Amino acid sequence: MENTLSLKAASKRKTKKELRNLGIGMAFLAPNILGFLLFTLLPVFASFLLAFCQWDIFNPAKFVGFSNFVTLFRDTLFWKYFWNTLYFMFGIPLGMAASLGLALLIKNQMKGVTLFRTIYFLPVVSSIIAVSLLWRWIYNPDFGLLNSFLKSLGFHNLPQWLSSTTWAKPAIIIMGIWQGAGYNMLLYLAALQGIPSHLYEAAEIDGASKWQQFTNVTWPLLGPTNFFIIIMGVINGFQTFAQIFVMTNGGPAGSTTTIVYYIYNNAFKWFKMGYASSMSWFLFLVMFIVTLLQWRYAGEKVTY
Amino acid sequence: MSYLDLTEIEKQRIKKRTAIINLLNKKIIPYFLMTIIGLTMIAPFIWMISTSLKESGAIFTFPPEWIPRSQIMVNYNGSKQGVFQANYKGKKTYFIRSRIFKDDATVHIIQSIGPIKKINDKLTAVSPQISPDEIVVPNKILKSYKKIFIRWKNYIEAWKAVPFGRFFLNSIIVTFTVTAGQVLTSSLAAFAFARLEFPGRDKIFLGYLGTMMIPGQVTMIPVFILLKKLGWIDTYQALILPGMFTAYGTFLLRQFFLTIPKDLEDAATIDGCSKLRIWATIIIPLSKAALATLTTFTFMFVWNDFMWPLIVTKSMKMKTLPVGLASFQGLYTTNWTLLMAASVIVLVPVLILYIFNQRYFTEGIVLSGLKG
Repeated sequence: MENTLSLKAASKRKTKKELRNLGIGMAFLAPNILGFLLFTLLPVFASFLLAFCQWDIFNPAKFVGFSNFVTLFRDTLFWKYFWNTLYFMFGIPLGMAASLGLALLIKNQMKGVTLFRTIYFLPVVSSIIAVSLLWRWIYNPDFGLLNSFLKSLGFHNLPQWLSSTTWAKPAIIIMGIWQGAGYNMLLYLAALQGIPSHLYEAAEIDGASKWQQFTNVTWPLLGPTNFFIIIMGVINGFQTFAQIFVMTNGGPAGSTTTIVYYIYNNAFKWFKMGYASSMSWFLFLVMFIVTLLQWRYAGEKVTY
Repeated sequence: MSYLDLTEIEKQRIKKRTAIINLLNKKIIPYFLMTIIGLTMIAPFIWMISTSLKESGAIFTFPPEWIPRSQIMVNYNGSKQGVFQANYKGKKTYFIRSRIFKDDATVHIIQSIGPIKKINDKLTAVSPQISPDEIVVPNKILKSYKKIFIRWKNYIEAWKAVPFGRFFLNSIIVTFTVTAGQVLTSSLAAFAFARLEFPGRDKIFLGYLGTMMIPGQVTMIPVFILLKKLGWIDTYQALILPGMFTAYGTFLLRQFFLTIPKDLEDAATIDGCSKLRIWATIIIPLSKAALATLTTFTFMFVWNDFMWPLIVTKSMKMKTLPVGLASFQGLYTTNWTLLMAASVIVLVPVLILYIFNQRYFTEGIVLSGLKG
């Protein structure tokens, strides 16, 4: 009897202590969590509900079931823009190659390497809007830097770049590589410097050539970095917006419209809030599945 | 035959050859490549600056010119004429064109060009002596007569064309508030997740993690509607509040706080220190690196952010720099000299900030890459 009493008292003390701890914990969390609830969690639920409604903001919302999603699957424009978005992701492997090349080049602490690193990184910190404007001028078919340069090399019939349905996408990819190369270069650089030098020494003793050292030592050990860069590249790639807004307005003939640009137009130009929400959920779902697949199939291979 | 059998001269020769190959492989080729790539990376920026300093007519040239130059003008018969230059009868001669045909042009010879002054933004030969007779010369020998002309006025005109001062002010206000808010609220929350024991802690943390993957496009529509209902569209609240609370910052700092040894805090707790004091006097000072990273990244992200300010601002006076620059483009679509001047204005502050704080940028990327 006495025992249970003291146990009760103890558990009472415990719950009291727990309550106190909960209070303290919540006090620390409160500023962040209130904002989080208001601007993230609640909107997520609201967006989910909206995806099943038809709403132009001005008139009351109407529940329409799955109709937005049916429309989405039949919307040929949406699928065209989905393809455009995927097309832009061809830039990811190209950009990775460029970044890795840069990292290998500046890996050895040579004199003056910091200067080059700074230069390669400049585009990364630059505002995408300013950079897009600049490249719109560079891509000017008649007097832009690129075509002038190609012309002076003796090329003729030069691409119209941003005003050509075939070349607008590659143009945006090239700009993306220029802007992003420095960022991934740093990730690769850190990874390269983390590879223990005794592995290279061992390979050299075994008579491995530089190329063999790269394919058998460097490349496999870069696995986690490659994996991280691809995942981030895909996530960012699905959200391409600003450069499209500034450089092409989605044109010519919709050839550079991305999903997010389409969502933006639907929501804030045409006030189709429900349809835009359903597209954003579709986008999230695709991103989620892609990331999951990457974790499953690539994630396993790269852990050592 | 082995190395030992070789004569001294042959040995010397081999040594020399390997030295040259080494020099080539370890110095010359890498430096060459680094320079070429460096030039390619920086060329667009130089082109931007160069264009921003040109007179608007001077950008349409082939081959492109890196140093801003303008054609000399003269007033002739009441209109402005460009001056051309060519070797004529073995002498360097200046011309103005009066008529152009397919292959030829009729020209007047300028006997003396006189002083050149800047008049109405044009380099003008003030008192040239122009012969009245016309002669015919082949068109292709005529080259524009140009002199260096740097037009700083582009910057003033761009600055005045839209309220860039106001854009700067808005960007500064928004970026500083959001960054400070984010660092403060996420370091408090991260402390709770990393160090405090309370029921439901891990479940709440999982909730945070779960939403980190949800793209901003999902939440932007409801948040926009919420702000609209509150009447906050086109206000600082709309620009600032939604950006202040992120799961990412909380996550990053929590991971860092977990690596700090607990001993110090235990001692402080025994001494009767409150949790808030532990946070302020132990955790925060020990996390300077992580905080600097978060600060740099948030700053960069918010300063360059485009979509959100685009959605919630309407009037010119509430726009941030990137949105302001985009609407400047809407007004001056192909006025390249002014557009480039405006771009330079927008880029310079961040580039300077980067060059002097490189360490945080580079360390931050590596940190986020390894932990994220």
